[in-house]
Amino acid sequence: MSGLEAVIGLEIHVQLATRTKMFCGCELSFGDHANVHTCPICLAHPGTLPVTNERAVIYGLRIAAALGCEVAPRSIFHRKNYFYPDSPKAYQISQYDFPLAGPGELGGIRVHRAHLEEDAAKLIHVGESGRIHGSGASLVDFNRGGTPLVEIVTEPDLRSAAEAREWAQLLRATLRQLDVSNVNMEEGSLRVDANVSVRPEGSGELGTKSELKNMNSFRFLERGIEAELERQRELIAAGEEVQQETLHFDPSDGSLTPLRSKEYSHDYRYFPEPDLVPMVPTEEMLEEARRDLPEPPAARRERYVSELGVSEGAAATLAFEPAYGEYFERAMGAPGGGSAAATAIWVTGELVGSLRQADAEEEPLASKATPEAVRALAGLVEEKKISNGAGKQVLAALVAEGGDPAAIVERDGLGQISGSGELEAIVDRAIEAEPEAADEVRKGNPKAIGRIVGAVMKESKGRADGDGVQKLILERLGQG
Amino acid sequence: MIEKGQVVHVARLARLELSEQELERMARELSGILEHVDKLSELDLEGVEPTLHVVALQNVLRPDEPHASLPPEKALESAPDPAEGAFRVPSPQA
Repeated sequence: MSGLEAVIGLEIHVQLATRTKMFCGCELSFGDHANVHTCPICLAHPGTLPVTNERAVIYGLRIAAALGCEVAPRSIFHRKNYFYPDSPKAYQISQYDFPLAGPGELGGIRVHRAHLEEDAAKLIHVGESGRIHGSGASLVDFNRGGTPLVEIVTEPDLRSAAEAREWAQLLRATLRQLDVSNVNMEEGSLRVDANVSVRPEGSGELGTKSELKNMNSFRFLERGIEAELERQRELIAAGEEVQQETLHFDPSDGSLTPLRSKEYSHDYRYFPEPDLVPMVPTEEMLEEARRDLPEPPAARRERYVSELGVSEGAAATLAFEPAYGEYFERAMGAPGGGSAAATAIWVTGELVGSLRQADAEEEPLASKATPEAVRALAGLVEEKKISNGAGKQVLAALVAEGGDPAAIVERDGLGQISGSGELEAIVDRAIEAEPEAADEVRKGNPKAIGRIVGAVMKESKGRADGDGVQKLILERLGQG
Repeated sequence: MIEKGQVVHVARLARLELSEQELERMARELSGILEHVDKLSELDLEGVEPTLHVVALQNVLRPDEPHASLPPEKALESAPDPAEGAFRVPSPQA
């Protein structure tokens, strides 16, 4: 059934990399022994009072600024009431109708809100299967309980699983350069839940949604949403209805299992937290939050495309991978060489490829190929002083030994041959070597030219300019 | 007017087990309380901000500096069933 479009919204929890918890001075940790970072406040002993961590508020404001969110002049903490062993108070301190920040936008997707809250404790389910279902007992570790979180909620603006994954990656790149979180999905410092529904294409209404949890990598996020969209489309094709439910993604087999519905779990009876007073961000706090705010990746990508003429794909790589972005900026700071568009392609294509091939996850700026050299190389190819294929050989030499591209071209005899008698001789030999292909081309089938071009490239060791070779072959075969 | 069904619902949310008699009494008493509070709606509250807090304070914040946490054995002292350095509880999903 094709006429159903996907409607996806994301809810992202970001653990803030403060030193201490949201409402007490216990240190944050990852991987320590259980219950070594607890105190009467985060264990909810009677008579204790929470006090808000100023740094967490600043980090929240910093995230809000990066997402272009309006900061609320006054925001309020609420109690979200529920009984579960991960919450010793039987409520989570969160924000409700007066969140820290309101509407914003990132990469064309609207952000509904961003608010502060505290993380729950970690439950380790023990028992026969070790999985959530069928466990006999649970162990509670309160180290994580009270960790500061920012929850970011998008509008349901995403239209495919791949788009949701890409946007989540953009969000992570944006958050990572703010230095407010480790944003590591495997470790749980970035957690992405998806609200998924389908509706007839063009409909303005929202279908019944399900909520997907536990997708702890970008790949699983995409696969989980994909599987859920498929399931909903099948249900509707079979004339059934989608139920509102929470589904748990199992990365081992890609299956989605409904979590046993916690009855009335959505009846949280929010009310204002009487132990905490309102937050009114001051000018000083806002200034500190915005200090040294880096150019957001989405803006950087946009600038590269619209101002420098860089292709969309290359711009995205440069904008979302800071190390390559920095490399590109340095290259463009060099006194001369290729255009931005050409340089970007060499950096994001051949350079990324060869550094990754070199096994070591090498930092581009630590590579022997300097930004200045790669830009000069892009210039040589652009000015047709060397062919694209020769350019690749020069780049390999730069990565292996460094140096100056023009000198490498000279040394290895990689200068372009074109229009000269030398090239004509090579072309003629190639036509002789491929008589069947030549006949095809003579009969007007231009596709057959590939084999002749291949032969030319092989003999010239990639030094011939591809376009020029094609033209010359057609001329020689009377098709020019 | 609070119906008995609503009492059952909120009692369940609060994990309270009420007898049939208690349910009826609660429905009656809760209705009375709401009726009493409802007197407020006789006032003209046009343009009056909801009172979220009675203290006129804002931005009570603390610096991000660690304090000493409890030794784990102290933290677990009053746990009824500690195990492996953690609070062991009946599985919430069982």
